[in-house]
This record gives sequence, structure tokens and C-alpha cells, in this order.
Amino acid sequence: MTEENSEKKSIQGPVCPLPHQHTETVVIGHGSGGRMTQDLIQQCFTSRIGNAYLKEANDAARILLPKGTEQVAISTDSHVVSPIFYPGGNIGRLAVCGTVNDVAMLGAQPKYLTAGFILEEGFPITSLETVVDSMAKACQEANVKIVAGDTKVVEKNSVDQIFINTAGFGIIKENRIIGGQYAKPGDAVIISGSLGDHGIAVLEARGDLGFESSIQSDVAPLNHMIEALLREVPEVHVLRDPTRGGLATSLNEIACQSKVSILLDEENIPIKPNVQTACEMLGFDPLYLANEGKLIVICPATFAEKATNALRTSPYGIQTMRIGEVFAENPGRVLLRTQYGSTRILDMLNNEILPRIC
Amino acid sequence: MCLGIPGKILSIYEEQSTKMAKVDFGGVTRDVCIEVIPEAEPGNWTIVHAGFALNILDEAEALETLSILQEISELAGEEDSIIGI
Amino acid sequence: MASEMQSNDFLKGFRDAKLVKKVVEEIHQRISRPWSIMEICGGQTHAIMQFGLDQLLPKEIELVHGPGCPVCVTALELIDQALWIACQSKVIFTSFGDMLRVPGSTNDLFSIRASGGQVRVVYSPLDAVKIAKDNPDQEVVFFAIGFETTAPANAMAVIHAQKLGLENFSILPANVLVPPAMHTILNSPNNRIQGFLAAGHVCAIMGYWEYPPIAKRYQVPIVVTGFEPLDLLQGILSTVELLEDGRVEVNNAYPRVVSFEGNKAAQRLINQVFEPVDRKWRGIGIIPKSGLGLREEFRSFDATKRFQTGEIQTQESDICMAGEVLQGLKKPADCPAFGTLCTPNSPLGAPMVSSEGACAAYYRYGKN
Repeated sequence: MTEENSEKKSIQGPVCPLPHQHTETVVIGHGSGGRMTQDLIQQCFTSRIGNAYLKEANDAARILLPKGTEQVAISTDSHVVSPIFYPGGNIGRLAVCGTVNDVAMLGAQPKYLTAGFILEEGFPITSLETVVDSMAKACQEANVKIVAGDTKVVEKNSVDQIFINTAGFGIIKENRIIGGQYAKPGDAVIISGSLGDHGIAVLEARGDLGFESSIQSDVAPLNHMIEALLREVPEVHVLRDPTRGGLATSLNEIACQSKVSILLDEENIPIKPNVQTACEMLGFDPLYLANEGKLIVICPATFAEKATNALRTSPYGIQTMRIGEVFAENPGRVLLRTQYGSTRILDMLNNEILPRIC
Repeated sequence: MCLGIPGKILSIYEEQSTKMAKVDFGGVTRDVCIEVIPEAEPGNWTIVHAGFALNILDEAEALETLSILQEISELAGEEDSIIGI
Repeated sequence: MASEMQSNDFLKGFRDAKLVKKVVEEIHQRISRPWSIMEICGGQTHAIMQFGLDQLLPKEIELVHGPGCPVCVTALELIDQALWIACQSKVIFTSFGDMLRVPGSTNDLFSIRASGGQVRVVYSPLDAVKIAKDNPDQEVVFFAIGFETTAPANAMAVIHAQKLGLENFSILPANVLVPPAMHTILNSPNNRIQGFLAAGHVCAIMGYWEYPPIAKRYQVPIVVTGFEPLDLLQGILSTVELLEDGRVEVNNAYPRVVSFEGNKAAQRLINQVFEPVDRKWRGIGIIPKSGLGLREEFRSFDATKRFQTGEIQTQESDICMAGEVLQGLKKPADCPAFGTLCTPNSPLGAPMVSSEGACAAYYRYGKN
């Protein structure tokens, strides 16, 4: 009897405290696959990028292909950019546009994306919401749907805040054959706008080099512009977006793939004055900096003007310029003719770009 | 050595008793140490290397160099066209 | 009075294709025999290659690239010391970007960073001081390389650290001076250099009062030259005119930035913190009084005193002929390893690594 009494006296209130509602930062529990994961997915993902495919909530999305589809394009990319927010964009917009563009470079119409997230413990949920908002907006602009996703949470310092992997799926119409191996001697080389904007914007956001400017990343989905181009000029041979390594590296790759050489006219290459200035200050060559919203087009010279005009009808192609020509001699070489008439070799990017003092 | 690029001094201030300036390089600005050009004023041009001002850039000198060359170039152009007749 | 000139006007004017063509024509008209002209500035080497100016010049002019790349001439011992320091725990090693890939005896800063060492690229020496201020529990070391151009900034970093009372900041003194190198080159029995382009930004600091005695002693005209295409060509034109006329003089082809006395305030700053010391140049050897070391009162900021680096055993590549290339005795393409064993991805020596180095410039811009 006495024991029962003493037990009753020691009970003060609920002995099991209610768990914290983790609404401010991502925690390991969010990756467990249970209710917390479901809550995170609802709060941050499906409420923003929701569609019929995601709502099915199965392990995979079932896609019905249009009748007569013969070729599809599939691409994947992982996005680890640091910092995740920079002037003109963020990792979310970059993830969607990067993969949309990769698929579109084959002349395909991007339709569906997947998105896998690896989140660092402690990553602010508001930041995650901002990133996913950007992705939703970019998807809407590009007219694509994210139909499958995945979320993992890892311990602090295992990733840098957030890594995103996207895969893209597109339909290739009308047996288009477009690729880096199809450049032909006599073709014209065209670029859809100014170079180096994204590279400098990200560097500036990192803050190590201590400069300020109004330079914005050019990150953009290019699929509509490419469709407009291909409607006018179906004879396009090569499409490429000059991302890491810049224009110079992309053209070197194409020159090797197609076994041709390319000669560029330096005077015609569009570079914004403030990007040029930042490059001179830091010792960078803008032709090697990343672009996330630019298109290289290589097509027969007879169609160059038509192609240029078609690109210029897009808001992302207003500064389109014809910048060079393809030759048969010296396969694999890319050359640049300066405004003084001298010519120099534009090699592939060798290593990491480092600022220099001399 | 090199990579010294011209910039225009926008404003001058002191940081931990070191003379500094906000310099505009043409759409890109940076804080620059101007200890060795103490006489500099906002509006002056300077050559900056590694975040440090080397000297004041003499605008008049620059304009003169360019205009002399421009004249010579134009005269030569005239001569060529006369010879061409 | 506010200036109306935009930065672009300066740049555009000195790159104007018409004016460049005019000066090139004049050089062609003036020249009557071969001349060998050396430039001793990595930035000028790079600019000449980038704009392809050597292609525009008459073939009678041989442009020789001297030891003007401070990255290339930094002694192997210093690089190995830097690498040793960067490996120590609780050290943040800071440097200009150029130095990251320069090969030491067995390693480079880039690999040390890759294996977890704290190596950070800074744009300015003053940024290194800021890192020290923000990380009081770490030792911050700055690799103070460069010619006279970076000397005032490096001096300022030390003074700034002193003012802030920082005890965790030091520099690895590695500055080198141009005039002693010119003496060494012109004194060499194999020397065939007949004219010199003096480095414009070194002269912005130092003036060019040091050059008339050199010109007179070796009977070699010297012209202070800038970096834009027009500046370089005007410097070359002036040198050709002096050579053709047999005049041993020192001219200034960069008057908008350089004066005879130079920047006295900058020189005072350098002399306050540094004093001339003997320095070993990679590929050349010890040149007396050709480097800058910290004065007694600033010795506490000397990383070589702060860190007991001990005896450094250096190991240069047997094949790399950087020394002869740096002295202008050989061209990069003369080297058997050029483009084969030695490439920017797998450099044997510094001139292939530095974006200023003659070998890298030749490789990149295709002079093989």
C-alpha cells in the first residue's frame, strides 16, 4: 500500500516531452523517410512544384510518350555551386535551367525532370523554400515538370549546404541530328550573347576578391529560343551551351569531335564592359568563364543570317553575334584573330582558373 | 609587373588610420589602399595593382599621347589618299 | 574637377587598331638591321602574346623574354619553405593565385590545399592581414612575391598588421629587384641583348633614375614601356629608333604613369620596412642585393624566423632548362621537354606554370 502511495506522489506531469517541431532548419530526422520527411516534402516541395505525377506519390512516374516518338534525349547533372545565392540566380534556377538546356542542345524538347536533394543538417528551411520556389518558376518558364524527386539529409559538413542532382528527359522531333560531331568546314559559328557574366557574378558573390559590380548571372532556360531557331533553320549542325570552361573549352571540344578547326574574330565576340573590366582586374580571360544562359550555334554559312535573326527574337538572344567560321585544316584547333590582324591559339582550359597578379 | 589597371577615385576614407579609396574601374568598384598617393582627390585617376594604388594617372599626358598619335595617323591617311589619286 | 573620361576610354584609346597599325608601320619603316630587345616583365610577355604583337613586328626584331615573371624566379628553397609552412597545423597560408601551381621539389600549394591544408588565394596582401584579424587562433602567412611593384603593398601589409597589434601575421619575404637582374644579364658573356624595355609598373614605383648608369655601362638603350598594345609598340619603336641612331639613352614611353623620380611616398614605404638582401633567382643563382628582406624592427613579421623550417633539400628537374629560358639564352621551343614531358598540366618548371611564364605563353599561344 505504502509503495503505491509513494509512486503516485512522484508523478509531476507528462513524463514524455512532446518532440520539437523542426520548422527552422533541416535536421537528420527529415531524411528518415517517416512523417518528418513527408512534412518537409509537403511544406517545401510539392506545395511549390506539385503536379499530377508527383501527387501520385509512387516510387516512379509513369510517362505516356506521344505517338510516333522515335528518339528521346536524357541528361543528368549535379549542382554544387557555391555560394548558392548569387546576383541573377541561385542553385535552384541553375539546376533546372542547366538540365533543360543540356537536353535542348540535342534539339530535343525538354518535358520532364527529376530532382534529388542532398541537404546538410542545419540548412535553413527558408533557404530551401527560396531555392525550390526558383525551381518552380524556372520550370514554369521552360514549360517542364519535375515528376520525381528524392531528399536525403546528411550530417553537418558532409555537403556544403545543399547539392541538387537533376535528370532531364526530352523528345527529339522530326529525326533531328544535332551534335558536337556535325560541324562542317564552311559553317558559321554564332553566339547568342555576352560571355563571362555567370562566372564573374558567382566569383563576386563568393566575396574573396573583394569587388562590387552590377554583373548578374545569365542563367536561363534556352529551350524556347532553340525551338524558334530550329523552326527557322532546321539545318543547324551543332548546339552547345558554353558552361564550365567557357566558350574556348566548348569550341575546342567541338573542334575535336568534328575533326575541324575554328577561327574566331575577337572583335565580334560580345563581352559586357564591366565583365571585361572585372576580368582585367583579376587576370581572367572571359572566354574561359562559365555561362549558364548562352548558346553556341554552328550552321551552314548560308543560313547564318537567318539563324542570327531568329535568335535575336528571343529575350535571351538579343546580343547574338556571328563570331567565326569552321575550317578543314588543322583539325582540333581553335584560333582567335585579334583586331590587329594577328592570330593566336585558343587552347582548352588547362586547370582551375586562378586570379593572377602579373 | 602588370595587371595594373586604371580606375577613377570615387571617394576617400580612412580605415584603421590607413588611407583608402573607393575606386571605379568601369562598372566594377573596389576598395583600394592609397597610402602612396596621399595627394589624391576624388575624380583623380590611378593605376591599381593587387588592391594598391601605384601612382596617379596623368590624364592630360594620356590625352596628349593619344591625340598626337591620332594626328599622325590622320596625316598619314591624307598622304595615302593623295598618293592614291 | 571631375574627369569626363570613362575607364573604357583609356583602354580603348591605347588599343585602337588604327593607331596600332600606324606605329607598326613606323617600326617597319625605321628598321634596317636585326636587333635583339629584351623585356623583363611577365605582364609584358603575356600582353605581347595575347595581342599577337610579335606577329606584327618586322622579322628583324627578336623579342627576348627575360626573367620578368616573379613567380618563375622565386627560388626553389623559398617555395619549399612555403610548402612546409602551409602543411603545419593551425596555419592559413595566403598567396597570390599565380603561386598555387608552381612546382616545389616534390609538391605544390595546390596539392597541399587538395589534401586539406589551409591555402587561400588573396587578391591583395591587405586581404591577408584581414584574414589574420578574423582568425586570431590561426597563424596567417602571406607569400610576399613580386618585383618592386608589389613591394609597397607588401610593406603596407606589415605596417597595417603592426598597427592592429596582430601577433599571428607574418610574411615570407620573396620580393626581387629589376636592376640587379639587368646587370647579371648584360654582364653575361653570352649576352646578345642590345636594347631593353623597362617594366612600366615597376617604374611607376621606382622611377627610372636607376637606368641611365646601366645604359651607359653596357651601352644599351632602355625605354620605359607600358602594357597596352599601343604602349608596347611605342616602347619598341622608341628602342628601335635609339638603336638605329646609335643613341644610348633612357626614354620614357609611359609618361602618363611613370616619372623620372617615381613615387617617392611608395619608395619611402618600401625603405621603411625592407632592405636589399642577396637573393637566389630560380634558374639563375644568387644575385647580390637583388631581393628585399625585412628590416630589423620588423623581423618579428618574418615567417622564416617564426617557423623553424630547418634545412631544405631542394630538387630541381634535370630536364627543365628554365634558367636559360629566363635569361633569354634559349627559347622555350628549344627545350626538349617543351610540349611533351613539360606541359601546363604537368609542368617541370615554373615558366610553364605561371600564366606569365615564357614557356606557358609559348605553349598557350601556340609558338611551337
